[in-house]
Amino acid sequence: MFAACADPKAIEGLTWAMCYLTSAKHVDFYWSFVTVLALLAITAPAALAMGFMGATAARSHIAPLRWLGKVYIWMVRGVPDIIFFLFFVIALDQGIEYVKSLAVCPGGEWPWQGLEFRVCADAKVPLGNSPPIWHQLYGFLLAVITFAIVFGAFVANVIYGAMNAVPRAQLETAEAYGMSRAQVFRRILVPQMWIYALPGLGNLWMILIKATPLLFLLGVKDIVYYARELGGSKTQAYEYPHGDWRLWYFLGLMVFYLVFTRVSEIGIGKLTRRLSHGQATAGGEALRKAAA
Amino acid sequence: MSMTCLETIQAYGLRSIGIGENLLPKTDFTLCQQFTLIGSGLIWNLYFGVLALGFGFFLANAIALAKTARNPWVRKPAEWFVFVFRGSPLFIQFFLAYEALVLLPKGGIDILGVHIDTAWTTRAWAGALLVLFLNTAAYSAEIFFGALKSIPKGDLEAAEAYGLTGWKKFIRIEWPTMLRLGWPAYTNEAIFLFHATTLVYFSGFPAFAQKGDALYYANYFADKTFNPFIPYPIVAFYFICLTLVVTFLYGRVNARLNRHLPSNTRSKIRLRPQLIR
Repeated sequence: MFAACADPKAIEGLTWAMCYLTSAKHVDFYWSFVTVLALLAITAPAALAMGFMGATAARSHIAPLRWLGKVYIWMVRGVPDIIFFLFFVIALDQGIEYVKSLAVCPGGEWPWQGLEFRVCADAKVPLGNSPPIWHQLYGFLLAVITFAIVFGAFVANVIYGAMNAVPRAQLETAEAYGMSRAQVFRRILVPQMWIYALPGLGNLWMILIKATPLLFLLGVKDIVYYARELGGSKTQAYEYPHGDWRLWYFLGLMVFYLVFTRVSEIGIGKLTRRLSHGQATAGGEALRKAAA
Repeated sequence: MSMTCLETIQAYGLRSIGIGENLLPKTDFTLCQQFTLIGSGLIWNLYFGVLALGFGFFLANAIALAKTARNPWVRKPAEWFVFVFRGSPLFIQFFLAYEALVLLPKGGIDILGVHIDTAWTTRAWAGALLVLFLNTAAYSAEIFFGALKSIPKGDLEAAEAYGLTGWKKFIRIEWPTMLRLGWPAYTNEAIFLFHATTLVYFSGFPAFAQKGDALYYANYFADKTFNPFIPYPIVAFYFICLTLVVTFLYGRVNARLNRHLPSNTRSKIRLRPQLIR
């Protein structure tokens, strides 16, 4: 990267450290933090949307829709989530390729043959000859969908509880004013439920942060992948030979997560305060008294 | 060569602890094989879960108490312990512990003339158990700390009115009440600790001679058959059963802790989601 780094074997001390930390592989490592943040930025709203739909479905007056919502909420209870992660990534991949094979493959064979999953070359996603970046992106996309499905179920559970926590009297008053079911839902229920949902959602956000290293298991080149790659001992054949430094890399990741969760905790605390304004809860009452 | 299901169970029922057939099935996978091997792996999930919870309970009590201490030399370390283990992913904790244990000198350490062997610490049964033990201790300590803080003031005043002070007050009033108030949350912690045991063999700790836990074998079958729709539901089924057993056992304890209360004021156990740690 820098001119001084042209011959890493000749330099030492601080210059060596600087060159080492700005090597191409390290830049990839720093970018993988962006991957993690991108996953969070995409997954959080997606899971919120999934959860909102799940909770709304679970409250529905149409029985099949209600069952669907309840099954979705109950799905992730009692089963370790990592199983869902490992399962969905393959299942989604095969499902997508199977659907595509129906459209593009001649014949239309059942793809699960004995010990193989076989679809014609045209049905592969992404196609076998596409550049590696597409494979990376596709893997990331599968991971995002998997996270959204699993976390959506947890969000649905929280929102379902929050919707039930909104005082009945509020909804009845709205009905007495002649609002329709949709209007009560939109104008009264949804705006008021957030304060009840916030503790649960905040908790889920922390859990989501702590779930991001699982990207590694889903085959995405994330921070865990690079920490293992870069930290492993390098012989003289490498530009920057060093011993086994994985401990230090993982220590770095640990600090990253600790700072991240701590900052989130403070942020959630502030948000709770803001949302408590004017609410008929203990928190809202405390704020009112403090102001008076 | 095809085996009957009974023969399969004899061959692979204890495979995860190294008893029975040495080679894992490679072709002609049967449903029976998958159920047997994955079930055999569950032995390790039970091992990690039961021991970590058993030892962790005591450390959790100590740390919860330390967190209430006035002396900052006692309180601060406890707060940091809880913060570090609750604020970082268990997955990273496993990796970090493994890399740290690997760095211990291979030949062992000599302390004051006593030779201590270190090789075994990098094995999952010891290293991963240590991490799970510390992890559950931190999560449970936070639960018990919260419970200690929410003991009704009236209970403590009543204890003092009866002349109970210090240790006696703690052991007869505070501690049982703490357990009672914290138990529903602690039940959830136990359930999710069992779930967390599935991470062990995916996080640096190698499975020697293919001796792994339930998810390890499920993953093996999914890799070999390219069909995730059979092994993962099987391991999910086992865990639902395990969750029901844990809920039942902790429910019995909960009933005992609440036995002096009128039935409408007892605390109920509700399964609340708390996925990865």
